Amino acid sequence: MEPPSELELSRRAVLVGGAASVAVTAVPAAHAQVTPRVAQPAVAKVSFEVNGATRSLELDTRTTLLDALREHLKLNGTKKGCDQGQCGACTVIVDGRRINSCLSLAVMHEGDKITTVEGLGTPDKLHPMQAAFIKHDGYQCGYCTPGQICSAVAVLDEIKAGIPSHVADDITARPRVTDMEVRERMSGNLCRCGAYSNIAEAISEVAGSKA
Amino acid sequence: MRPFTYQRVSSPAEAAAAAAQMPGAKFIAGGTNLLDLMKLQIEAPAHLIDVNAIGLDRIEKTDEGGLRIGALVRNTDLAAHKKVREDYAMLSRALLAGASGQLRNKATTAGNLLQRTRCPYFYDTNQPCNKRQPGSGCAAIGGYTRQLAVVGVSDACIATHPSDMAVAMRALDATVETVKPNGSSRRIPIADFHRLPGNTPHIDTNLQAGELITAVTLPKPIGGKQYYRKVRDRASYAFALVSIAAVIQRDGSGRVAVGGIAHKPWRVETAEAELPRGAKAVAARLLAGARPTEDNGFKIPLVERTLGAVLSEARA
Amino acid sequence: MKFDTPAGANPIDRMKVVGKPTDRIDGKLKTTGTAPYAYERHDVVPNQAYGYVLGSAIAKGRINRFDLAEAKAAPGVLAIVTTLDMPRLKRGQQNIAYLFGGAAIQHYHQAIAIVVAETFEQARAATALIRVDYARERGRFDLATEAKTAPLFGGSSGEGSSAPPIERVGNFEGAFEAAPVKVDSVYTTPDETHAMMEPHATIAAWEGEKLTLWTSNQMIAWSKGDVAINLGISPKNVRLDSPFIGGGFGGKLFVRSDAVLAAIGAKAAKRPVKLALSRPIIANNTTHRPATIQRIRIGANRDGKITAIAHESTSGNLPDGKPETAVSQTKLLYAGENRLIAMRLAEMDLPEGNAMRAPGEAPGMMALEVAMDEAAEQLGIDPVEFRIRNDTQFDPEDPKRRFSQRQLVECLRQGATRFGWSRRNPKPAQIRDGRWLVGMGVAAGFRNNLLMKSAARVRLDGRGIVTVETDMTDIGTGTYTILAQTAAEMMGLPIERVVVKLGDSDFPVSAGSGGQWGANNSTAGVYAACVKLREQVAQRLGLTGDVDFTDGQVRAGGRSVALADAARGGELVAEDTIEYGDLDKTQQQSTFAAHFVEAAVDAFTGEIRVRRMLAVCAAGRILNPKAARSQVIGAMTMGVGAALMEELAVDKRFGFFVNHDLATYEVPVHADIPYQEVIFLDEVDPMSSPMKAKGVGELGLCGVGGAIANAVHNATGIRVRNYPITLDKLLDRLPEIA
Repeated sequence: MEPPSELELSRRAVLVGGAASVAVTAVPAAHAQVTPRVAQPAVAKVSFEVNGATRSLELDTRTTLLDALREHLKLNGTKKGCDQGQCGACTVIVDGRRINSCLSLAVMHEGDKITTVEGLGTPDKLHPMQAAFIKHDGYQCGYCTPGQICSAVAVLDEIKAGIPSHVADDITARPRVTDMEVRERMSGNLCRCGAYSNIAEAISEVAGSKA
Repeated sequence: MRPFTYQRVSSPAEAAAAAAQMPGAKFIAGGTNLLDLMKLQIEAPAHLIDVNAIGLDRIEKTDEGGLRIGALVRNTDLAAHKKVREDYAMLSRALLAGASGQLRNKATTAGNLLQRTRCPYFYDTNQPCNKRQPGSGCAAIGGYTRQLAVVGVSDACIATHPSDMAVAMRALDATVETVKPNGSSRRIPIADFHRLPGNTPHIDTNLQAGELITAVTLPKPIGGKQYYRKVRDRASYAFALVSIAAVIQRDGSGRVAVGGIAHKPWRVETAEAELPRGAKAVAARLLAGARPTEDNGFKIPLVERTLGAVLSEARA
Repeated sequence: MKFDTPAGANPIDRMKVVGKPTDRIDGKLKTTGTAPYAYERHDVVPNQAYGYVLGSAIAKGRINRFDLAEAKAAPGVLAIVTTLDMPRLKRGQQNIAYLFGGAAIQHYHQAIAIVVAETFEQARAATALIRVDYARERGRFDLATEAKTAPLFGGSSGEGSSAPPIERVGNFEGAFEAAPVKVDSVYTTPDETHAMMEPHATIAAWEGEKLTLWTSNQMIAWSKGDVAINLGISPKNVRLDSPFIGGGFGGKLFVRSDAVLAAIGAKAAKRPVKLALSRPIIANNTTHRPATIQRIRIGANRDGKITAIAHESTSGNLPDGKPETAVSQTKLLYAGENRLIAMRLAEMDLPEGNAMRAPGEAPGMMALEVAMDEAAEQLGIDPVEFRIRNDTQFDPEDPKRRFSQRQLVECLRQGATRFGWSRRNPKPAQIRDGRWLVGMGVAAGFRNNLLMKSAARVRLDGRGIVTVETDMTDIGTGTYTILAQTAAEMMGLPIERVVVKLGDSDFPVSAGSGGQWGANNSTAGVYAACVKLREQVAQRLGLTGDVDFTDGQVRAGGRSVALADAARGGELVAEDTIEYGDLDKTQQQSTFAAHFVEAAVDAFTGEIRVRRMLAVCAAGRILNPKAARSQVIGAMTMGVGAALMEELAVDKRFGFFVNHDLATYEVPVHADIPYQEVIFLDEVDPMSSPMKAKGVGELGLCGVGGAIANAVHNATGIRVRNYPITLDKLLDRLPEIA
């Protein structure tokens, strides 16, 4: 069979996709002759507390909390894996709750208390969860690790606070730290290296010593 | 992401006024879907009105014996609320089956209702999409459609609504309370809140421009055994292939709403009359007129079988 | 050091440090967020600007023109370089797709422009203002269609897996025809994406002619060379630095557009530029594991002896691409006198197919080990026993070549005992646990061991600290730790006295990280350098004869001197390379495993959940059982993904992978992964290196998918031959519902 001509192709695209210029990022060339109309970035001030210290920033309103931490405060521990809320590498704890910092604008955190992995512990003074991750080899490449650790710390608090999870047999019962509970609650933190089993062991050790 | 100006408001009235002043503005609360879409410029508001500080974060009893859930109640808090767990278990379960712990901590009740489809062609701005760019066509039809809708579809759009929470709320006959930019308020039954795509898939809901959700109310508890069964490829942190919110009463009657198969939470009240006759009968009525694709035809038996699982558990 | 005779006794055999389950020495950095990854290196060069990459909206065709008016006028923009601004860049030795330059579009999301701006937000927004006028052309996007006319094509994965276009031993057709028991099945595996957590990222800075790239790359020397080719500059003027890599899995073996465009952007903006590929373009912009269509035929006697075995595979790739070598393991894994293997390669217009963890064997074993299960089922022989009966201790294509070590039978036997295999009901669909149908499956694991030359430098300072320098990378493998263990063992020091520096192209050239060759070869390189350092120490201290290095002391002839004393008068520096003779030719070096899986299938919905996994591995000396175990459980996890959920969905009209983010391309999450157990058999392989070690990081993946598929079959009686095994493929054959 002869390949179709260009014309047929675009015709086919119309039929298939229902659009005249299916794969064109848009805008035929003529369109672009319109005078450029480019909005200027808006800037806003925000102050919040990061790992116990007050930080005041003046930011492009588009700046996510994640980029404020990484690019403006040079706190690189919080990772950007997807920038779409699909991997959990950017997990930080805000006012006691874990969130994806990539899906939150920095300017929306006025007055908030933010804890990043750097705030949990340092190489010289590890948080028990950080120590448990090392002991149980709860990482490999290390890129998801800060998010896993922030999440793990928050998960234990969530269970303690009685917040239920999807795997509860009885939704009205108080949750306990079981393997399934931990694995379900940690599922918003992807680890492509596949350290999940070791992470679960690290968390259960910390939970055990807390109990 | 296009530049935008940003403003915090401190009351629903102020929010409404701000919206009236700034056409094209968007409210932002949790932001977990809006920001994602803004990064891709699928949403490009010139102004954001941050409504996180306007109150509306409480869950109260209504005079009718139901619950009024503030628009800004976080998914985590709603799922964990004692009354919700006891009296509206399917809602708790639906919330907890959705997203991740991190996202549920941010996502709000209103925002959850307003999240947009996850159709991959909607997310890929190189592709034509009538929902993203009206009249540009639908690349999904004839493309990769495994996750997409089988009922209520149109030639313009076969997207699915991704919410779990909304499916439970549909089964619970929730009502959405709003305030308009002119300050007036109204109550929208959940059944009338989301729309089918038809020729206007870019309009997801019947909210008007600048209209703000203030609360979702639930009628008084209906008892029964309550289920939210979500079926997906991986065990967590994934959108539903099919989900079923169901309440089954001792006499075998009940209600069923289905997620993952339509542009809105799918419920056909007349199908519920078939519950005593079993899953096949209910599914046949629920899915009458279905137009599946080659990729997603499995959702038809899957709805039936998932409902079968729920009914079998209810009988046990 | 030339390694061309089997290793004798050496200091590593003491196993005082090597072989211990030592915590990772980089663990404190990784767990506190202080390990520096490419995009985060604010400190290495001042004044960094932000780059953002635009990907093509079409899969095949040309770009007529760009309209940059709005983008250039956008706030903060420093420079825009489009693909029309330069001729097509030369391809590096490792690239198949062209990375940038020229009007031609080879694949979707091919990089077509970079915008450099003062901030990330500005760069991203300006990129969205670029208008592109494309001329689309017809492409070839459907493997099943293209496979019909695909020619025979040999090739190598570049990672130890290879096959000629066609290869015959004996008379396959005759023997297969005559066999009383036959399996003849076709299996398909989908395109997969690496989905490493760290996006491809680079900071580029020019200093005159000299280019430095702080990047995320598994193979520093290859990539240094390829960057030079891509940019048309001398390799002498290129430096790469990649001390931490947030996952690669083969996706960062080669230079990708992030590195090239950061360099081009930095030149244009006259500023250092940092950029990361945005997640939605990674799957189509970079490389992926190509889909395969595999036909396997096994003929056996009633006593369970294979008499004929054939494995044919077809995959697709861009022009000048290579095949997915899915047949390679079938050359070596099982006995059988009559054999046929063949590969076909279809030219296609999807993005570049290239190495992903265990290229070849990963999809090949997913098919072969199901075919083995099918054959065992037909024979009525236990699948563990069937594999044991067809074990071979020599290369079936060349009986003179023995395996250096082959403990597949031991792996299977120990695994069967440990896993409780005897409780498996050989009749499928018999075990019910509430709503779950439960079954067990087994598969062999197989992956070759590769010898690659590897160099290192070791320094001893006056404090008695040994510093290792090599361009080796740690992609999560535990390389920092095992190199430290090696140097500590060799120099008689505790591991705390060793510093390891990696990933800098100014360091001696190592084997790099790929093909599960990293551990054995890079430690052997450090071994070689340490042998030289020991000689220098002995000489400096005036010790002769049998010199012993233990506990920080150096002893010979009744004298004992502190190691540090040797460097009092100045640092000692030794450098050497491990180089190999033909030991891997005279004997076959491979690694073996047995994978056991228990899976449960929801009788109503067909949801599949893995319940238990066990891998028993025989892979030479295990240098650090903790890190090695992590490699294996991680690979098993990837195997769960491959078996049950991972598939890049191809839009066959427009020619791209549709599910190009981490929500729509599902990889396993915590909740998917159950209890995992790993057993390493005692093994030292003196043919592999002075370390007597072999690779293990990919072995853990090869076979897992087959074991899961076989468990699903045992649970349900349903044989799914098209991966991933998703519930939609089971629904019509599950029990009727009430």
